[in-house]
Amino acid sequence: MTEMTLNNEILDMFDVMGSVEEGMQQFLTFELHSEHYGVEILRVQEIKGWDHVTPIPNTPPHVCGVLNLRGAIVPIVDLRLFFDMPFQPYTKTTVVVVLRVEDVTPRTVGIVVDAVSDAHNVHPDDIRETPDFGAVVSTAFISGITRIDDNMVMLLDVDTLLSSEQIG
Amino acid sequence: MSIDVSQFHQVFFEESFEGLDAMEMGLLGMQEGSPDMEIVNTIFRAAHSIKGGAGTFGFAQVSEFTHGLETLLDQMRNGQRDVSSEAVNLLLQAVDVLREMLTAVQQSEDVDCWRVNEVSTQIEALLGSDSDLPAAEAPSEATASGWLIDFKPHPHLLQTGNDPIRLFNELRELGQLTVTLNSAGLPAFSDLDPEESYLSWQLALEGDVSLAQINEIFEWVEGDCDLTISPLASADTAEVIDEPVAVEDMPSPQAEIISEPAQAANTVKSTAAESKKAVKNDAALASIRVSTDKVDSLINLVGELVITQSMLSQLGENFDPSRLAQLIDGLEQLERNTRELQEGIMRIRMLPISFAFNRFPRLVHDLSGKMGKQVELQLSGEQTELDKTVMEKIGDPLVHLVRNSLDHGLETPEKRLAAGKPESGLLQLNAYHQGGNIVIEISDDGAGLNEDKILQKAIEKGLVPAGEQLSADKIHELIFMPGFSTADVVSDVSGRGVGMDVVRKNINSLGGSVEVVSERGVGSTFTIRLPLTLAIMDGQTIQVGDQKYIIPLISIIESVEIKPGTVKNVTGKGEVYTLRDEYVPLIRLREVFNLDVGSDTLDEGLLVVVEFEDRKVGLFVDELLAQQQVVIKSLETNYRKVTGIAGATILGDGTVALILDIAGLQAMYRDPALAKPLRTIQAA
Repeated sequence: MTEMTLNNEILDMFDVMGSVEEGMQQFLTFELHSEHYGVEILRVQEIKGWDHVTPIPNTPPHVCGVLNLRGAIVPIVDLRLFFDMPFQPYTKTTVVVVLRVEDVTPRTVGIVVDAVSDAHNVHPDDIRETPDFGAVVSTAFISGITRIDDNMVMLLDVDTLLSSEQIG
Repeated sequence: MSIDVSQFHQVFFEESFEGLDAMEMGLLGMQEGSPDMEIVNTIFRAAHSIKGGAGTFGFAQVSEFTHGLETLLDQMRNGQRDVSSEAVNLLLQAVDVLREMLTAVQQSEDVDCWRVNEVSTQIEALLGSDSDLPAAEAPSEATASGWLIDFKPHPHLLQTGNDPIRLFNELRELGQLTVTLNSAGLPAFSDLDPEESYLSWQLALEGDVSLAQINEIFEWVEGDCDLTISPLASADTAEVIDEPVAVEDMPSPQAEIISEPAQAANTVKSTAAESKKAVKNDAALASIRVSTDKVDSLINLVGELVITQSMLSQLGENFDPSRLAQLIDGLEQLERNTRELQEGIMRIRMLPISFAFNRFPRLVHDLSGKMGKQVELQLSGEQTELDKTVMEKIGDPLVHLVRNSLDHGLETPEKRLAAGKPESGLLQLNAYHQGGNIVIEISDDGAGLNEDKILQKAIEKGLVPAGEQLSADKIHELIFMPGFSTADVVSDVSGRGVGMDVVRKNINSLGGSVEVVSERGVGSTFTIRLPLTLAIMDGQTIQVGDQKYIIPLISIIESVEIKPGTVKNVTGKGEVYTLRDEYVPLIRLREVFNLDVGSDTLDEGLLVVVEFEDRKVGLFVDELLAQQQVVIKSLETNYRKVTGIAGATILGDGTVALILDIAGLQAMYRDPALAKPLRTIQAA
């Protein structure tokens, strides 16, 4: 299946009004510990429910393990643990978002999130720069902040967030 | 009428490289003075088809260069020229240059003109040096300032698949081209047959172009046209330029007819641009040639698989327990089919090792000349088949070992005579299959490893404590140690900083091993053992806690139940198992992998004794499960390398199991720091 059709399926899934409007960026938003995050929808390869993963010994706790994604071995990262949030046991609603990461060679990495919310069109003008939180919060992987339905949504820079150095 | 020829480029390159290899082999086998005519012919044919192909695909530089080469070879073939070692060496150089040119063209890079010119000048000089020979290209000397070409195609020219536009485009690459159309032959529109050619052209080509180059372009239409080529006098040029009617600026009456070729010209142009792009992409796509019988046997196997499948589905449609035996039979057949199909497909990737060996005659020829040594190279087992990926990766280590043997191993003729050995040294390359492995041996009858010198060096480098007594074998092993470089004997040939440790590392990364056996004054033999393929291996599934792992079957020596009292503690921490008269360190997988669950009591589990590079360790596991073939998948594709893990595979139930890396586990055992996560989570 091509990336396009996959993305279209995702769009269908969320019943987005109309297609991508001119000059708009599309983001898939999801929830994590009552916070809202978004990733560029073109990076999303697949959304799937939580499934058994094979743990890899001697890797950081946020690396849950690897999964067989139609023959490819894909690492799964628990975003809550990655952000030092309290662990939440995986349930039926726990969702894995499989993302494409542009690295030296493109990689595929899955992230575990609490729940996927919706797909949104966001105008670039509506994206605000990330404020400087100093040493309290690392903002390197937040590309911007926007507001959707009265919620503050942090837009994640997938490539920085899931770089091999970051995942560890 | 524009065929995209770029699709054939890859084939051309492959054939050309093969041709070059054949030329090289032939040249090396050529005897001075009385050449074997068959060899000369083979070389000539290879050169000729490269020239032809290059011309067809528009690689003018390549075909020009090959032309001189061909002339030289032609003279040798006709007995007009003696085969001197000078000429052979020049031809060998020319082969190198051609290979470089083709590689450059293949990757759409610029050709190193300087080197090309240098060698082609030498060829020309050689061609010109014998005055008794007719000058190779008498007419080409008259390269005038240009040529006037009268080109009148016969009516059926277009039907032969030739298009004048293409010819003109090729001419235009040679120099400034002015095309004058003569449409006098055009019949009335009602009489016009669109498949016939009525036009004729007068072309003025300005520039430093040889007649041969023009003739080559028109070679394809020879006999299908009236062609007159005459040198262009400067006065003529003016005359022609006076009333040139450029194809594009045709007056309206002809425009209708002309528009087609003009369009064609555009298409040709754009396809040329596209094909350039395509070549760039294609260069990365590697291909292999597969013999037809391998493909045929695959088709047969697929046929059998289809039959089995239809049998099973028929069985499944109205199944009742009484036909269970039939089902079991069917499944067995399916298993056999699958295995055979798998083997058949693996065989496609298998190439004879001669692909890797063939470069050595040249290498040995060049190096021995440079070092003033006499070397006889013996190749055997060239037909031993090996996976293409393994072959590609083994090339460099092999070259390194051969260089080493030539440089350090074999002695100079004087020394050899003094030692009572034949003047000429013997270097043998041998390959054969052994179990699931391929074994490659590189042996020489040279001086052997100098143990005293190696030990002294190792002590100097601090690899071995001074005054330590080591067995000869242990000393030989030292040359594979990182940091053991023979830096003080740097020569052009070896000692380029790529040490034997790199050779060993490369071979180990392929899942193989390398060892050396050497005797002072008699010679040394390096033995490389490699798995036949990297994609599939036999594995033993084991259970530790709630996890399943795969151990490569090839590294397992035996599996034993631990009897009470056979495991002893060392300094209260380490554990060793007494395996007959050996002490084997015991690694608890649960501990090195930091697993929460699993057995700690030794008599509840099993000990799998594994070996890597002659070092045995016992892996303490909970349970042995099935033995199966596993397809190796890399963890690095989407994640990173994990110490102690060689890769992953997908089990029958779709879950992932990790494959253990014995070398990594041993390293982890020696240095527990490796077992820690690389990094703890960064505060978000």
